[in-house]
Amino acid sequence: MVTLTINGLEVSVEEGTTLLEASRFYGFPIPTLCHMDGLSPYGACRLCVVEIGQGANAKLVTSCTYPVQEGLQVRTASARVVKARKMILELFLASCPQSKTIQDLASAHDVRQQRFKQEHEDCILCGRCVRICEEQMMAKAIGFRSRGEKRSLGTPFDLKSETCRLCGACMYVCPACELRCTYTEPDRAICGGCANLGPPCLEKNSFDDMMCYMEPCVACEIKKD
Amino acid sequence: MESLKTINEFLELQKRLLAHRDPTIPTLIISAGTCGQASGANDLIRMAKREILERKLVERIHLRITGCHGFCEMEPSVLVEPRRTYYPKVNPKDMARIVQAISTDSLVEDLFFVDEATGMRMETQDEIPFFKNQVRTLLEMNEKVDPIRIYNYIEHGGYQAMVNVLSKGDVRWVVEEIKASGLRGRGGAGFPTGLKWEMLAGQSNGHGKILICNGDEGDPGAYMDRSLLEGNPHGIIEGMIIGAFGTGATEGILYVRNEYPLAIKHLVIALRQAYQLGFLGSNILGTGFSFDLRLVRGAGAFVCGEETALIKSIEGKMGEPVQRPPFPVQKGLYGKPTLINNVETWANVPIIINNDAQRFKKIGTERNSGTKIFSLVGKVKNTGLIEVPMGITLGEVVHGIGGGPSGTAKIKAVQTGGPSGGCIPASRFDLTIDYESLKSAGSIMGSGGMIVMDEHTCMVDVAKYFMNFLKEESCGKCFTCRKGTQRMYELLDEITGGKAVPETLDLLEELSNMVKDTTLCALGQTAPNPVLSTLYYFRQEYLDHIEHHRCPAGVCKDLITYSINETCTGCQLCLKTCSVGAVTGEKKEIHRIDKDKCIRCGACRAVCKFNAIDIN
Repeated sequence: MVTLTINGLEVSVEEGTTLLEASRFYGFPIPTLCHMDGLSPYGACRLCVVEIGQGANAKLVTSCTYPVQEGLQVRTASARVVKARKMILELFLASCPQSKTIQDLASAHDVRQQRFKQEHEDCILCGRCVRICEEQMMAKAIGFRSRGEKRSLGTPFDLKSETCRLCGACMYVCPACELRCTYTEPDRAICGGCANLGPPCLEKNSFDDMMCYMEPCVACEIKKD
Repeated sequence: MESLKTINEFLELQKRLLAHRDPTIPTLIISAGTCGQASGANDLIRMAKREILERKLVERIHLRITGCHGFCEMEPSVLVEPRRTYYPKVNPKDMARIVQAISTDSLVEDLFFVDEATGMRMETQDEIPFFKNQVRTLLEMNEKVDPIRIYNYIEHGGYQAMVNVLSKGDVRWVVEEIKASGLRGRGGAGFPTGLKWEMLAGQSNGHGKILICNGDEGDPGAYMDRSLLEGNPHGIIEGMIIGAFGTGATEGILYVRNEYPLAIKHLVIALRQAYQLGFLGSNILGTGFSFDLRLVRGAGAFVCGEETALIKSIEGKMGEPVQRPPFPVQKGLYGKPTLINNVETWANVPIIINNDAQRFKKIGTERNSGTKIFSLVGKVKNTGLIEVPMGITLGEVVHGIGGGPSGTAKIKAVQTGGPSGGCIPASRFDLTIDYESLKSAGSIMGSGGMIVMDEHTCMVDVAKYFMNFLKEESCGKCFTCRKGTQRMYELLDEITGGKAVPETLDLLEELSNMVKDTTLCALGQTAPNPVLSTLYYFRQEYLDHIEHHRCPAGVCKDLITYSINETCTGCQLCLKTCSVGAVTGEKKEIHRIDKDKCIRCGACRAVCKFNAIDIN
């Protein structure tokens, strides 16, 4: 067991636990985007940063990847942490404003402004889809390409994947919901799930009791017309 | 080439090589590193060979082709030993006269170096201020050895340190010597090398330990490691063999960026020779110690200079840094304990072992011992590679060795540490060069790039240049780095384009501080340095751009206009050169520039012989 201090509270957890797991276990809230239980931690969104250490050595680290250490001092909501989180969320809003997940996070952290040039990107490159495809579905059909500005997500050479089993997990876990149905362009669809399986919502007259996790779903939009 | 099976056989070879040497025979040395070759050294080599053969001087003049000596401004250059006569900027046509002079033990005085400050002609390299003020423990080997001749290296003391270490047989002693020397990592972070070695030595031997030489050198304008790898590859190999012995490592990797073809070529040859002679492989010189060393080429990513990304790159994966702890020394390449040191760090190892740690510690300052090679480039007279003791001041480097400004404009600042560093203004040139003082001034030592800037350099433009580089080189994993560098570039673009408002500056500062705080690796953490340091020292330039829509240095195209003054003679040259037809005027009459058509490309200014075109 490892003993450390989180927000002044002395806690004891098993070795190998991450700061995120330990903090949440003890009820300290930490926002996340690229984290998902069941997937390996990636540390891409930087939202889960917490402050560790003391004085001049204090620094911010991502709690999802940082393992607990004996005697560590952790602060999950210090002024430095809160300031960083707000700026990060402002950047997210500036890139991906249409994501409900990001909007909810922003309003929960009191982010009321966005001072950058507005972009409308569909993907925040959090890697959830990549990780679920590789680690849970064992298909590894999609991945990251290139670096920096040009970093993107897709299948090798943008060809229709042969290892993709049309499970739709990538769409399910996407926080920004980029992988919405590309119903109108079946060739580009990663799984073409909607096109092949015919979603049940298309048969219904009213959609109220549907548990559609994608909103708006292109299939719904098309049906409306 | 015979394989040496024992230490005694090495000593025999050494004796033979030294006995064979005739110090009275003059040697014509041509520096042919990448910079030398780019300046035309290959023509010099051809001419030299032709002259020596045609005049039947093969027994009387030795020819040595070496790597870069450092005075790149004067390439292609020739050095004649033993007198150490120096001929700068040699024209291939003059090679015949030089060879003739050497054969008759005379000099070609009209080809000597002329010191601009005093007007004096100087015969020997050691008189020239550029060289005189350096302490060239590493670079002097680049003059002495032919990089692809291992015998040449042995003749000049090469592999003696390795043999000393193997003879002594005390692994602890090796680590203690490096610790006592105070050597700090020359890659930029300055971590105590001896401490890192001790950590690796302390790891269990279990599945094997690995040494890596980081030859990624990605900073624009930095080429110190290139000159070491090209000019003396055996020096690095020897350093790594010694390191392996002291830490218990069994394999080593030289990771060299793909953009250094000459360095790669020389390393491949050097490795082959070292294996052939028995300095690498199993049971080295019969001591029972084994060490394998191989070369891995980079694939064009600046971020792969970061040690965890470098490890990923060797493993064949995308170069993305990972969180530390665990540190590579605990769990690195293929999960094994791995030690990564910079090229220059490895190169210092044989020198420390040969000359004893205390000698090394005496150079430099209390907490920064030894020398450091810097690439002094930019608006300075004497550009090139310089090796100076730690603790020398910036002013001594820029003016004493660099020779001051290259043009008529005054020197404004020096940028150190590449894209991770900052700009230090001329008012602070009394600053000593060491890890701590540069950091406290808002910059970093970095790998050794030193870019001199004058009054015609726009500091906002400099920040924008580095941000452009970083936003493309960021691996892109961390949202804050990927988007942060993009947005910082966007804001800087607004400022240089005259579209910014005062709030832009506040937003830029806030964003910079957040990126610095929250990013995983040193690329992102230091990416805001160029912005923050220029904001700290040159805030007025930013304000001029924002509030007055002016670029004081006359660089930012959207904020300047070109106009023709009265010195114009109406020669029509600019009119003909202008690609957008912005210049009008009759022959022999003062011309005019249409400000709406002008794109400020600068072509007209470049061709005007009368300096008649002003920047406003």
